[in-house]
Amino acid sequence: MTTTRWLALAVLVAAALAVPSLVRSAYLLNFLILMLFSAYLGQAWNVLGGYGGQSSFGHVVFFGTGAYTSSILQMRYGVNPWLGMAAASLTGALVGAAIGFLSFRFGLRGSYFALITLAFAEAFRIVANSVPITGAGLGILIPLAPSAANFQFRDKDGFYYVILALLLGSLAIAWWLKRSRFGARLAAVRENEDAAAALGVDGFRCKLGAIALSGGMTAVGGTFYAQYFLYIDPSIAYGVGRSVEILLVAIVGGVGTVFGPLLGALALQTIGELTRAYLNAPPLSLVVYGALLMAIVGFLPDGLVGLARLGRRRRRADA
Amino acid sequence: MLEVERLTKSFGGLAAVRDVSLVVPDGRIVALIGPNGAGKTTLFAMVAGFIRPDRGRVRAFGNDITGLKPHRICGHGVVRTFQITQPFAGLTVRENIMIGAYHRLARRAEAERRAGEVAARLGLADRLDQAADSLTVAGRKRLELARALATEPRLLLLDEVMAGLNPTEIAEIVAVIKTIAASGIGIFLIEHVMQAVLSLSDFIYVLSDGALIAEGPPAAIAADERVIEAYLGHGAAARLAQHADDAHG
Repeated sequence: MTTTRWLALAVLVAAALAVPSLVRSAYLLNFLILMLFSAYLGQAWNVLGGYGGQSSFGHVVFFGTGAYTSSILQMRYGVNPWLGMAAASLTGALVGAAIGFLSFRFGLRGSYFALITLAFAEAFRIVANSVPITGAGLGILIPLAPSAANFQFRDKDGFYYVILALLLGSLAIAWWLKRSRFGARLAAVRENEDAAAALGVDGFRCKLGAIALSGGMTAVGGTFYAQYFLYIDPSIAYGVGRSVEILLVAIVGGVGTVFGPLLGALALQTIGELTRAYLNAPPLSLVVYGALLMAIVGFLPDGLVGLARLGRRRRRADA
Repeated sequence: MLEVERLTKSFGGLAAVRDVSLVVPDGRIVALIGPNGAGKTTLFAMVAGFIRPDRGRVRAFGNDITGLKPHRICGHGVVRTFQITQPFAGLTVRENIMIGAYHRLARRAEAERRAGEVAARLGLADRLDQAADSLTVAGRKRLELARALATEPRLLLLDEVMAGLNPTEIAEIVAVIKTIAASGIGIFLIEHVMQAVLSLSDFIYVLSDGALIAEGPPAAIAADERVIEAYLGHGAAARLAQHADDAHG
């Protein structure tokens, strides 16, 4: 990156850090938290779906596993939720490695891989619905006990800083993927697995690494969700809708890019809020939301990041 | 040194490769020729680990590499290129070559430097930042070679790197292959461009219907009756000889 870019990033981060002291509206802060949260999940998906080219339709399987890991540890074994978040990253990575092992071993690609992830997520939801440790259909209610040590905050500022830190971490991981040997190999496997193998790249191991990393990151998001809302049940934790939300953020923003998920989250959250606020009939707002989505996906196959690139090229051509 | 011992592969009832044994010494250029469908690419794919042989052994530099996965075989210093070029289309030329370079080098800066060196050697230096899928056929063939070379192989398997090139481009790539061999790397190549094969190779194996029908230095192969018949059909050698006699007589 050039110096100007670093500078721009530093200014952006400084501005983001200053937000809670400037914004006193809880509504707006909640909006920002949810936006950063969905950007974070989108970036986690992007590690596997964008950089690795393995589109998962069931990323909620990691999200829910993370949410349940920290919540069960906390409620049944009294484990601090911060530790629970670390544990969640491990269980998420493990579930990722297991699903990856089963799918990639047998050469599942493209829509077959997408479908198998969807199936795993559904299987996890059904299991969570029927075993006692998850509280089954009743879910898990985390009692309110606000203190930073307890990963609960009296006002939203704390959650804002936590999700901002997580997002910055995920951006750093995305940036590392663009620069590292692992990232280069992952891109090679995405582009042409046979050619990569001929050049000494173990495609199976690369994909396994990517799904474990992506799963661990997504699971951490699950813990954040559980601590923010203090309640999870099987349909919240493993609902298909969230899987779609996660991958839409990355696709709308720009698959396989560092800042795509952030742009995608900003666009989707804004569109979602505006259609909800100005179109009072719930079905109508969803229709408009869907139409806008189709327009973005149809006209911008490279996402919003692609739009920015196009603009830059046009300006250069004009000059 | 590559040693192939009685390698055999059938697809259903069709014997694609039958009992083929051959040797590629270090620093030598050995060609595998034969009519279309003779089993040349299948043989290559077995050596490089893309197809499992039914029987037989492949040894590289004394190690048995039979049936290993392609990336492990690359680790033994044996690297193939593809007849139909397989660029990493979404990546730049530099990034393509770096994938090869990362085989031995873990650090990005080193891999980038190696990619630059290899590109210069193959005349791709001014195209490093171009997207790989924007290259011409000749450019893609060079890129295949560049990526393979960046892994620092001890033996290169080149599958028709000259197909589709014009005479000038062929002359350039022949020169490159000669310098690679001169540096001690064994070259095993499949080629249809006879002029290039005869001038380039130290030794030639001829495959027809899955079996070796002749082997020897280029001059002997060019005159071999069985080879002429395999290419031009039964009785062709006799007719050619007759024709030559008539012309001289």
